[in-house]
Amino acid sequence: MASTETQERYLDAFRERRSRGNAKSPAWLNELREAGIASFTSLGFPTPKIEEWKYTNLEPIAAFDFSRRAGTRKKISQADLLSEAFADASAIRLVFLNGVYAPELSSRDRLPEGVGLQSLAESIKGDDEFLSTQLGRYARYRQQSLVALNTAFIGDGAVLVVPPGRRLAEPVQLIYVSGADGEQLVTHPRTLIFLGAGSEAKIIESYIGMTRESYFCNAVTELIAERDSLAEHCRVQREGEAAFHTGTFEAKLGRGAHLTAHAVTLAGSLVRNDVHVSLEGEGAECILNGLYLGAGRQHIDNSTVIEHVKPRARSFELYKGILNGAAHGVFNGKIVVHKDAQKSDARQVNKNLLLSDDAVVNTKPQLEIHADDVKCSHGSTIGQIDPDALFYFRSRGLGLAEARRLLSSAFAADVVARIKVASLRQRLDEYILEKFREI
Amino acid sequence: MLDIRGLRAKVADKEILRGIDLHVGAGEVHAIMGPNGSGKSTLAHVLAGRENYQVTGGEVIYQGKDLLAMNPETRAREGVFLAFQYPVEIPGMSTVYFLRAALNAARKYRGLEELDAMDFLALIKERMKLVEMDQALANRPLNEGFSGGEKKRNEILQMAVLDPTLALLDETDSGLDIDALRVVANGVNALRRPDRAMIVITHYQRLLNYIVPDFLHVLFDGRIIKSGTKELALELERRGYDWLKGEATAP
Repeated sequence: MASTETQERYLDAFRERRSRGNAKSPAWLNELREAGIASFTSLGFPTPKIEEWKYTNLEPIAAFDFSRRAGTRKKISQADLLSEAFADASAIRLVFLNGVYAPELSSRDRLPEGVGLQSLAESIKGDDEFLSTQLGRYARYRQQSLVALNTAFIGDGAVLVVPPGRRLAEPVQLIYVSGADGEQLVTHPRTLIFLGAGSEAKIIESYIGMTRESYFCNAVTELIAERDSLAEHCRVQREGEAAFHTGTFEAKLGRGAHLTAHAVTLAGSLVRNDVHVSLEGEGAECILNGLYLGAGRQHIDNSTVIEHVKPRARSFELYKGILNGAAHGVFNGKIVVHKDAQKSDARQVNKNLLLSDDAVVNTKPQLEIHADDVKCSHGSTIGQIDPDALFYFRSRGLGLAEARRLLSSAFAADVVARIKVASLRQRLDEYILEKFREI
Repeated sequence: MLDIRGLRAKVADKEILRGIDLHVGAGEVHAIMGPNGSGKSTLAHVLAGRENYQVTGGEVIYQGKDLLAMNPETRAREGVFLAFQYPVEIPGMSTVYFLRAALNAARKYRGLEELDAMDFLALIKERMKLVEMDQALANRPLNEGFSGGEKKRNEILQMAVLDPTLALLDETDSGLDIDALRVVANGVNALRRPDRAMIVITHYQRLLNYIVPDFLHVLFDGRIIKSGTKELALELERRGYDWLKGEATAP
């Protein structure tokens, strides 16, 4: 795999993009893009020969011919968009259509003064010096080929900057809409979230699809949480049913910073989520929650790496998956405790519910501990619906199908309940109850 | 209301019930006692329709219908309720949500209109008083992290809401301290009604000090070997089960 042909195709696209528009971009950005394409060209797409990609084969993505472009782009109404993205009409939001900022669908009216929320293109145009120091600073484009690919094609996306001490009461929604009928699109959404010291924000990133045909969305988000800041990041992926989605979430937490990051995967045919959280400051804390619902022939891979770099940092991770049909779920959860990270506390749990005989899950927890005074635990389960619970429900008058539906929903709701944004939580609960009507 | 005739059942090839005969009339409270392994819980689960018990003989007529032909949910909708010895913990679903879904399944079956969230909330609030249960508990995930007493109160709350015709209480006293036992027993007593029968399964006499049965049966080795009234309980308390064991082998 990772054929030269594939790399050539992306390289051609890169050259075309460079000749068209990169001249308008600041030099630092062009250098970053060049570094991205150089890295991608040498790395290629990851193959299952790499340990971290053992269970996920990106061949369908590598083979994806995105040069065919004769599509019709549907108009999406604001109401449909909001409903697909589980968003409030009044929400502060930036909307992107196939990677390009769509001001007519966005709303910054309620954005408090002093808080920076711009499309990346706007920010680049303004040749923001702050941007040049932060963009690409943490996402590891030299090691990760998908990040490299995204970096090579940085064009648009979102930039949220919350100044020190500011508390954003309302969540900020970033909605990435991709896909068009008859068009094999590739998009590379890029998000940068910067939380100044002692600031607070809730961010919802939604990825939604507009077509039942294939397209490839390769997203990268960098989140920097400075000292004592407080962040909740919700990532909801609801791409089209034939979509390929790869998403990298890279977070750096300073001293005493707290991040809760939810990764909810509801759709897509081939999905890989990479979450990498680095607890770089003493006493930093992260809570990672994940939920993945797979059916049909969906393949959903969640790979998370949490690095405890400094002492007294804590991480709590709960990922749950429900797989039906012939769906394939993968969970790779790695926790690295560095030499200096004494008194680290790391707990990881992965639970999987299989609703059919053909559904498969591979779960692989990994602890890599280089300090001696730490608390680390991990556990994973794979099982069917508990027959005791099923009988309990039926003994109360609930029919077999309804009991299965409620128990599956409850399994998922346990994760959803941890989302603090009430409107999103409620909509997800409803969506999940409805979804399991089909089982 | 309930006629059990020659009921035999086995689990994993082991015969547990070896010919049970029991008649329960409307409004009656029957207690079933017996040593561990005598088949008490099996009887309750067979009546509720647990599928891993295989009925190998006999019949059960409930309100003129063949109970054993019904699946568990139909039995429940027909008014059979089993209070579990070990209620299952369900993270992700509150008691309120669960119980409304259950009640509405039964109401739908009976051709009644389903209760909306508001009406149901009013109902459950009122029934919670019966078991001195805090409303916060009903909003918490079903049984998750509940103490033994809270779980059993929750079972009785469910019974109070689902309003069964035949209630089976399986070791409802196990794991309860004396205060919780009193609360649970008071709840059960408040639910006694002329048109409702109860079968109270217990290992210990002490529950019967609070829930006084009309009849008491001793189950031993899969058969009822002695039946009597509440006085029998006192005799069992005094003499244990051994003096009855000779009767177990009698035809």
